[in-house]
Amino acid sequence: MIVFILRRLAQAIMVMLTVAFIAFMLFQYVGDPVTNLLGQDATPEQRVQLRADLGLDQPFPVQFAAFVGNALQGEFGLSLRQGRKVSSLIVERFPATVELAFGAALLALCLGIPMGVYAALKRGNFLSQALMTFSLLGVSLPTFLIGILLILFFAVTLKVLPSFGRGETVAIGAWTSGLLTADGWKHLILPAVTLSIFQLTLIMRLVRAEMLEVLRTDYIKFARARGLPDRAVYFGHALKNTLVPVITITGLQLGSLIAFAIITETVFQWPGMGLLFIQAVQFADIPVMAAYLCLIALIFVVINLIVDMLYFAVDPRLRIDKSTAGH
Amino acid sequence: MTTAVQRFFDGDVWHSFRSTPLAMAAAAVALVLAFCALFAGWVAPHNPFDLATLELADARLPPAWIDGGSAKYLLGTDDQGRDILSALMYGARISLLVGVASVLLSVVVGVGLGLLSGFAGGSIDAFIMRVCDVMLSFPSILIALLIDGVGRALFPNAHDTLAFAVLVFAIALPGWVQYARTVRGSTLVERNKEYVQAARVTGVSSLRIMRKHVLPNVLGPVLVLATIQVATAILTEATLSFLGVGVPPTRPSLGTLIRVGNDFLFSGEWWITIFPGLMLVLIALSVNLLGDWLRDALNPRLR
Repeated sequence: MIVFILRRLAQAIMVMLTVAFIAFMLFQYVGDPVTNLLGQDATPEQRVQLRADLGLDQPFPVQFAAFVGNALQGEFGLSLRQGRKVSSLIVERFPATVELAFGAALLALCLGIPMGVYAALKRGNFLSQALMTFSLLGVSLPTFLIGILLILFFAVTLKVLPSFGRGETVAIGAWTSGLLTADGWKHLILPAVTLSIFQLTLIMRLVRAEMLEVLRTDYIKFARARGLPDRAVYFGHALKNTLVPVITITGLQLGSLIAFAIITETVFQWPGMGLLFIQAVQFADIPVMAAYLCLIALIFVVINLIVDMLYFAVDPRLRIDKSTAGH
Repeated sequence: MTTAVQRFFDGDVWHSFRSTPLAMAAAAVALVLAFCALFAGWVAPHNPFDLATLELADARLPPAWIDGGSAKYLLGTDDQGRDILSALMYGARISLLVGVASVLLSVVVGVGLGLLSGFAGGSIDAFIMRVCDVMLSFPSILIALLIDGVGRALFPNAHDTLAFAVLVFAIALPGWVQYARTVRGSTLVERNKEYVQAARVTGVSSLRIMRKHVLPNVLGPVLVLATIQVATAILTEATLSFLGVGVPPTRPSLGTLIRVGNDFLFSGEWWITIFPGLMLVLIALSVNLLGDWLRDALNPRLR
């Protein structure tokens, strides 16, 4: 167990170092940082001075170590476009993205699991077939199109929901939350639904497939033979066993939710990190891009690590496989 | 050549195609769309890029079947008086071009690295596979966006060709991983088969073994992957263009059209957005259905 954790940790650190290296290369070699800071018409002396101040005349490994050191403290320099500290820009945008992503994840779980269970239990009836068709559509429609369709229907035609921004927010320390006002909740609905549709269909199909698999096993037949009511069989025995893969996939998908939030945030002008990143890409704002890259990589690595360990803890078979088969 | 064609029409794949109505329908739709896109210059009723024919008086006309629409513009016009139907055809051409080009690039890179990985083994193999692992743990749209951003920083004044090259590269790079893994797997299996060992003993060079013996065996799965990836690539391109970091605005693709139309959603001109969106879904769905069918048809275990 300890060896496994250590190996995963070492792998995670390797990934983070690689990503940090890419971010560092971006910083140093894409666009000239000295020109970026001083402007085109600086004297050669000024340039040499700044070069020394920034440590750019130091050997490569020293520079990289300094970069990693700064990155660990959350320092990525100034945004080229806005002239503000990248770290404060990200801190400002972080809550919006987190609230959106968790809203979407919650929605996907709370709707996806019951829908999947229903589609498995009532296989072949009209509603469950409709659900399956809907899920096929959810997979093949691109996210931004779903957002546009929702806006067209709920904001333009029916005029019941707002279509851009976060609405009223309340600041709790550094964290601005839209969840404490009715207006904030109203603004959250369309973006969260848009972001959740893909994950929702994924979870629904997964739960359905797993349920069908489990319902065929012997212990379900025995549970029935013992005279347990359907309710207890389905929810106490069958559903419980389908949840392990569901939790794993949902955990892994949480990362891609944050990535796909880029698209949703653009459609709904949601002031989160994704919108910040897109603007950085449009204007080639390297420090913001590098910081976003490192942050996303960190989120991904941490989620992967947690899911791996959860899986390891939950499924004893994995332990045997790993130790006998090696890696 | 004629015998090859003859063999194809007598073969299993063609027979399977003829007996799958869904595949035939998808192929028909894909063919019609591809034809309209490729020959947009001849098929399209107007040339949306010819400024001389644009009339601002015709701007924002609804589709022909709605009050105020004109038979001249079947699907209506956008804010500059461009015919939506024609813009769709020209846009689909750019979408298809970028999609197919990026898939070709990722096939070449992926198959090459997969063969190398499977054949060389050792530390080269380990390195390539580690890179694959890292790339697979990030969503492809994120990688594409990042490369696109770097491309923008490297070539701030990129014009048409260069901008397209950056875009194709950005879409292709996350894609090669899947080919590399598939090809590596098959290569490892083939490499240890007796005929390959025999060829090796008789002194055939590694390069020739790869080309003559291993490559033909891995082409089936690669073809299936490539078909499905065309749909994915077109959707990725549309997403990037919608986000404003895709094709240059002078050559609008379907994603650009949707982005432009998005601004007019609130004034009620839904057709500027919805038709390009519909076209996009139609392309993606038909290509996906074809890919699904191809996977079943080429899989010997399902026959």
